[in-house]
Amino acid sequence: MDLVTFGVQLLNAIQYGMVLFLVASGLTLVFGILGVINLAHGAFYMLGAYLAYWIATYTGSFLLAMVLGVAIAFAVGLVLENVFIRRLYGRDHLVQVLLSFGLILVIDEVREILFGKDVHAVAPPAWLSGSIQLTDNLSYPVYRLAICGFCLIVAALIFFVITRTKIGMIVRAGAENREMTRVLGIKFDVVNRYVFAVGIALAALGGIVIAPISTVFPGMGDGMLILSFVVVVLGGIGSVAGAAVGALLIGLTDTFGKVFFPSVSSILIYVLMAAVLLWRPNGILGRREV
Amino acid sequence: MVEAASNVALRATGLHKQFGGLRAVCDVSIDVHVGEIHAVIGPNGAGKSTLINLLSGELIANSGAIAVGAADITRLPPERRARNGLGRAYQKTTIFPKFTVHENVRLAAQARSPSPLRMFGHVRSDAAVHERTVKAIARAGLSSQTMIVADRLSHGEQRQLEIAMVLATDPRIILLDEPLAGMGQAEARGIIDLIASLKVDRAVLLVEHDMDAVFELADRLTVMHDGCVIASGSPQDVRMHPAVRSAYLGDHGDDA
Amino acid sequence: MRGWLIPVVLLAAALALPFVVPTYYVQFASKALIMGMLAMALNLAVGHGGMVSLCHAAFFGLAGYVLALMAPGYDPASLLLTLPAAVLASAAAALVIGALALRTRGVYFIMVTLAFGEMLFFLFHDTGIAGGSDGAYVNAKPEIAIAGHQLLDLASPLAFYFVVLAFVVATVALLTMLVNAPFGHALAAARDNERRARSLGFPIFRVRLIAFVLSGALAGIAGYFAAAQFGFVAPQMLGWHLSATVLVMVLIGGLRSVTGPLIGALVLIVLEEVLKASTDYWKLVEGFIIILIVLALPGGVRQLWPLIVGERSDEAPQSRARSPVAEGRHG
Repeated sequence: MDLVTFGVQLLNAIQYGMVLFLVASGLTLVFGILGVINLAHGAFYMLGAYLAYWIATYTGSFLLAMVLGVAIAFAVGLVLENVFIRRLYGRDHLVQVLLSFGLILVIDEVREILFGKDVHAVAPPAWLSGSIQLTDNLSYPVYRLAICGFCLIVAALIFFVITRTKIGMIVRAGAENREMTRVLGIKFDVVNRYVFAVGIALAALGGIVIAPISTVFPGMGDGMLILSFVVVVLGGIGSVAGAAVGALLIGLTDTFGKVFFPSVSSILIYVLMAAVLLWRPNGILGRREV
Repeated sequence: MVEAASNVALRATGLHKQFGGLRAVCDVSIDVHVGEIHAVIGPNGAGKSTLINLLSGELIANSGAIAVGAADITRLPPERRARNGLGRAYQKTTIFPKFTVHENVRLAAQARSPSPLRMFGHVRSDAAVHERTVKAIARAGLSSQTMIVADRLSHGEQRQLEIAMVLATDPRIILLDEPLAGMGQAEARGIIDLIASLKVDRAVLLVEHDMDAVFELADRLTVMHDGCVIASGSPQDVRMHPAVRSAYLGDHGDDA
Repeated sequence: MRGWLIPVVLLAAALALPFVVPTYYVQFASKALIMGMLAMALNLAVGHGGMVSLCHAAFFGLAGYVLALMAPGYDPASLLLTLPAAVLASAAAALVIGALALRTRGVYFIMVTLAFGEMLFFLFHDTGIAGGSDGAYVNAKPEIAIAGHQLLDLASPLAFYFVVLAFVVATVALLTMLVNAPFGHALAAARDNERRARSLGFPIFRVRLIAFVLSGALAGIAGYFAAAQFGFVAPQMLGWHLSATVLVMVLIGGLRSVTGPLIGALVLIVLEEVLKASTDYWKLVEGFIIILIVLALPGGVRQLWPLIVGERSDEAPQSRARSPVAEGRHG
C-alpha cells in the first residue's frame, strides 16, 4: 500500500471514527445521566438520514435539511421522554431494553410508512463538494474533512456546556444525586427531557451528516447501534475520552480491515472488543477497580 | 488474656493502600486472636473502612500481607477469603431481602458445604446444611422469626440475621463493620450481647463508633488516624495514650 | 398440593392435542413448543440468573446451521449424531461469549452480548458458510436411527410434535431440578445480592458461566428443531431482533417461573399470527403492544391472574413474597 492510499484510508478512518464518536456520545449522555439504555438510539440515526434525504430533496438545501432534521429529532425526543422514557428511570435493564425495542419496531414501521423501504443517496451541499489538494499526490473530499471538523466542534461544544456552564453543572449534579437536586428546587423533569432530546438529536445529526457519503437504507440504524455500544464498551466505563479512543480504534479497524481482510472485515471489530475485554474488562480508559 | 501464637486467626502486616495521591491506609499491621474482640476506632477518614475492605477483599492492598490462620489471602478475591475462614458483616446490612430468614442463613450454610453448587437434589434435603442453619439462627436469637421474609424484619433484626449468616459459614475471623450504626438503645443492647457471645470460639474484629459499646466489648483496641495506627493495646492503655488523647478522645474529660 | 395440578392437566392436553385438531395446528403447536423452549432457556439466564442476554438467538441459530451443514444432501440426518453436535456448538459459543461477557456487569454485559451475537450473525451472513445471506436448506427432517435401522422418522408432523414435546418436558424437569438444587439457589443469591453472595464464599463467575452455558445449550436444542421444522436456515435466525423478541416472551411469562416462558411464547406467537393477518403494519402494532406490556405488566401475565380468577384467600401476602427460587415449579 503506497503512502497516498494509506493517507486516504487514514483520513477515512478518522472521519468514520468522528461520526461514531458523535453518535456514541449521544448514547453515553442518555445512559450516563439518565441511567437509561436506549436501544432505539440507532433508529434515530436512521431517521436522521432519511429526514436529511427527504428535506434535502424537497428543498434543495442540505443545510436546511440538517437544521430541520435536528430540530425535528429534538422535538420528537422531548415528546418521547415525556410519554415513555421517564417511566424507565430507576427501573431494571430488562424493562428498558424491551421498551426501547418496542420503540424500534414502531420507528421502523413509521419510517416505512413515510419513506418506504427504498435506499437513497443524498448529495452533499455544493460548497462542500469536490476535493481539496492536501499534498502533491493526495487529494481528499472536502465534505469528509468538513465532517471531521464539524464533529469535533459539536463534541467540544457539548463538553464545554457540560463542564463549564451552570446548566451542565445541574445536569451532572442530577446524575449523581437526584434527590438532593430536587430538594434544591431544580426542575429535574425538564432537565431530563432536554438531556434525552439532545442525546437522540446527536444520533440524528450523525445520520444527517453521514447521508451524503453513505447510502441511506433501512438497516443502517441497527449497525450504528451496535457500533455505538462497542465504542462505549471499548472506551471504558464512564469515560468520554475513552469513547473517543474507542471510536477512533473502531474507525481504524473497520477501514483498514476492509482493505486487508475484506471477507472478515465485519467481525474484526468484535475480535478487537474480545481482546480488550480480556485485557481490560473495564475498557481501555475505564476505572480499574469498580 | 491468653494469647497463644497458634491462636492468631487473622494477621495483617504492613498494609498500604493508595488512591491516586490519597494515602488511605499506611503501614497498618493488626492481628486478631481466637477468643478476643479486637476493636478498631478512629475519627472519620481515619482509614477504618479502607482497612476493613482490604481485609475482606473488596480492595486489594498496594503492599503488605494478610493471612487467615496459615493461609495467605493477600491477593485473593472475597469469595476465596470466605472459604478460607473469613466472614464479614457490612455497615449497610447486606442480606437477601426477598428470602426468608431461614433461606438467607441456609444459603450461607450451603456456601460452606462440600458441594455448594450441586445441581441435583432439593436444598431442603441436606441435613448437615439444615442443622448448621438452625443452629446459627438460634445463636443469633432469631428462631421465632425463621419464616419471616427478610425485608420485613426490623433494622436490628436484620443485623442479627446478617450475623447469623456469617456464623453459618463457620468463620475463624469475623469482621464487623459498624454493627451498631443507626440502632436505638434497646436494639443495640441485643446486638452488643450477641457480639460478645461471638468471641467464644472465634476471633472478632470490630470497627465501631459507639465508644460505650467499644469499651464494653473490646479486649484489645487499635486507634487509627489519617490512615496510620497511632496506638494499639488494652483499652485502658490506649485510653491513656497521649497521641490518642490529642488526636481522638480529646481532653473533654472522658475519664477512664 | 394444587401446585402440580395445572401442569398435569396441561401435559394431558398437550398429549391429546394431535388427536383432536387438524395437522396445521399440530405444526403450530410444535412451533410454539420450540419457541417456548428457547424462552425457557433464556429465562435460566435472565430470570433466574439475572443476566439480560441479547445473544441467545445466536445460540439458537448456530445449532440450526450445524444441522444444515451436517445434513447429508437429501437424506435425513441422524438425530442421534447431529443433535449432540448442534448442542455442543451452541454450548461452546455460550462458553466463549459468556466467559468474555461476564467480565463486565450491568448494561455493559447486555451490550457485549448484543455485540457478540451480531458477530455470529455476520459470520454466517458475510462469509460463504452455508450460503451466506441466502441461507441454506435442510432438505429432509432428521430421523432417529440406530445402526441403520430407522426408529422414528420426524417427517411425520405427529412424530415431530411428540419428540419436541418430550424435549420440552425434559427441559422443564431439568430446569425445575436446577432451580431447587443448591446450584439454583446460589444463582438466585448472585442475582439478588452479588456482594453478599460473594462474601459468603460462592464462586459467582463460575455459577453464572455454568448457567449461561446451560442456557445456551438448551437454546441450541430449540434451534435444532426449529431448523428441522422450517427446513431452512438463514442468518436472521441469529439476529438480535429475535433475541429481543424472546426476551419479550420471557417477560410476558414471568421471570421467576420455569414454565412461564412457555406461556409467554404461546401468547406472543399467537399475537404475531393475529397481527400479521390483520394489517400490513403489524410491526407497528406489535411495537406498541410490547411497550404497553412492559409498562403495565412488569411482572408478566401472572399479574393478571388475581384479576381473572380472584384473590385466593389462603394465599397470604407473605407467602407470595416468599423466595422466588423456593417456588421453583410453575404455580
